[in-house]
Amino acid sequence: MVHAIQLLNLAAGALLLTAVLVLWRRELPVIVRVFAVQGVALAALVAALAREEGSAELAAVAVGCLVLRGAVLPWLLRRALAGAGEVQRETRPVINVATSLLAAAALTLLALAVSRPLVDLAPTPASRAVPFAIAVVLIGFLVLVTRRHAVSQLVGFLLMDNGITAVGFLTTSGIGLVVEIGVALDVLLVVLVLQVLTGRMREAFGDTDLDELRELHD
Amino acid sequence: MSALGLVGGLLQAVLVVGGAPLLLGMMRQVRARLEGRAGPGIAQPWRDLRKQLRKETITPRGTSEMFRVAPVLMVAMTLVVAVVVPFVGTASALPAVADLIVVVALLAHGSVAIALAGLDTGTAFGGMGASREVTILALVEPTALVAIFALSVRVGSTSLPEIVGSTLDDPARVVSPASLLAAVALAMVIIAETGRLPVDNPSTHLELTMVHEAMVLEYAGPRLALVELGTAMRLTVYLGLLANLFVPWGVATEPGVPALLVGAVAFAVKVGALGAALACAEVFLAKLRLFRVPELLAGSFLLAVLAVTAAYVLG
Repeated sequence: MVHAIQLLNLAAGALLLTAVLVLWRRELPVIVRVFAVQGVALAALVAALAREEGSAELAAVAVGCLVLRGAVLPWLLRRALAGAGEVQRETRPVINVATSLLAAAALTLLALAVSRPLVDLAPTPASRAVPFAIAVVLIGFLVLVTRRHAVSQLVGFLLMDNGITAVGFLTTSGIGLVVEIGVALDVLLVVLVLQVLTGRMREAFGDTDLDELRELHD
Repeated sequence: MSALGLVGGLLQAVLVVGGAPLLLGMMRQVRARLEGRAGPGIAQPWRDLRKQLRKETITPRGTSEMFRVAPVLMVAMTLVVAVVVPFVGTASALPAVADLIVVVALLAHGSVAIALAGLDTGTAFGGMGASREVTILALVEPTALVAIFALSVRVGSTSLPEIVGSTLDDPARVVSPASLLAAVALAMVIIAETGRLPVDNPSTHLELTMVHEAMVLEYAGPRLALVELGTAMRLTVYLGLLANLFVPWGVATEPGVPALLVGAVAFAVKVGALGAALACAEVFLAKLRLFRVPELLAGSFLLAVLAVTAAYVLG
C-alpha cells in the first residue's frame, strides 16, 4: 500500500506544479499542453485512490478522467486555439507574471491554513493532500480573473474544475459513478459552448482578447 | 572531529580544486561537440590558469584593498564550503559550519566580495555588473534557503550531513513531491547563481547583457586566475550540493580507503553528469532578457515555497 500512497502524493504534487506552470507560461499552446498533463495527474490521483480502496468503480472513473481531462478537453482547447488567430500568447495579463507567481505562493499558504480543520477531521494520506487540491482551485481562480485571453480564461475555469474534482475525490473517495458522469458531461458541455462562443467572438471582432469587449464599437 | 570528516574534507578540497576547471572544460567540450566544433579539450581551463598565473600582477589605478582581496576571499569561502559539506563522506570536518544557513551565507559572501570589487574599479561595466549580480543574488538567496529547508523539515535539523545521512537511510524519500519540487527550485537557483544560460551567458565578453564577466573585467594575471578558479569551484560546489542532497548514493558513511574511494568516484560521476546535462541544455537555450529574470526566480521561489508546504503537509 506504500506505493499507492506515494503515487497519490506524487500526483497531488504534479497537480499543483502544473497549475503553477499554467500561471507561469505565456504561450497558449504550452498552457494547453500543461493542462493535458494536469488531467493525466488527476487521473493518476484517482487511480491511486482506487488502488488503495480496491474499488473497481473508482478505477472506471479514473479511466474516464484520463479520457476526458487528458485527451478530449485539451483537444477541444487546441481547436479553439487554432481558430483564435495569430495571437498565441498571453501578452498583457492584468497583473504581471512575477507578481501572480508570488500571489500563488500566498494562495497556497491560504489553502493550507483553511484546510487544516478538514485534514484534522480524518488524517489519512488522501485527506492530507486536500490543501494541494484547494490551492489548485484558488490558482485556477487567479488565472480566471487575471488573464485577458479567452482561451487562457477557459483554462483557468478548467483548472478550478480539476481542483474541485480533486477535492471531491480526496475527501469522499468518489461520490458515485452517475454523479461523476453527470459532472463530467457538464464540464464537456461548458467547454463546447465556450469554444463556439470563442469562435463567434473571433468572427465578430477578429480577436479573442476579452479586453476589447469593454468598449462600445459602431 | 571524526577521522572520516577530516580525511573526507581533505579529499573533497583536493577534488573540488583539481576537478573544478576540468568540469568547466568538460562542459565547454560538450557544448563544442554539440555545436559541431572540435573544442579545445577538457584540460584547457587548467592551461588558461597556468598561463594567467605566470603573468605579472596589475592593479588598476585608483582601486583599493577590496579589489586586491576579493578573489582570495571568494576562493577561500568556496574552499571552506568544499571542505565541510558532505560530498564524499557523511561526516563533516567542522560540523558546526556544515549548516544549511552557514553554507548558503558563505557562498553568497563570495558573490558579494566580487560585486564589491566590481564597484571598486569605478568603471561603468563594473558597476553595472555588480548591480545586476546583486539584484539576482537578492532573489536567489531566499529561494536557495527555502528549497533546502524543505529537505530539512523531515530531518528536523538544518545540518547538511544529517540531511544527507537521513536520505541515505530512506531512499524512497527522493520520490516525494517535496523533494522533487525542491530539486527543481534549487536547480534554477544554481543556474542563476553560477551565471549559466538562460540567466547569464558564460562564454561572452564585452556584451551589454553580461552579468558576471562585467564585474571581473578589470582583473588580469594571477588575480584573474583566482577569480576563474573561484567561479569554477562555485559551480562544482553548487552542483555537488544538488547531487548529494537529492541523490546521495555512494556517499561514504564510515572511514576506510574503499568507502572513501567509492564516495570520491560517485561524487565525480554525479557532478560530471549534472554538468554535462547542464551543458546539453544550454545548447538549446537563448539568454533571457534581464527584465525577465526576476520572473524566472519568482517562479523558482514559488516552487521552493510549495516544496516546504508539501514537506509539512504530506510528511
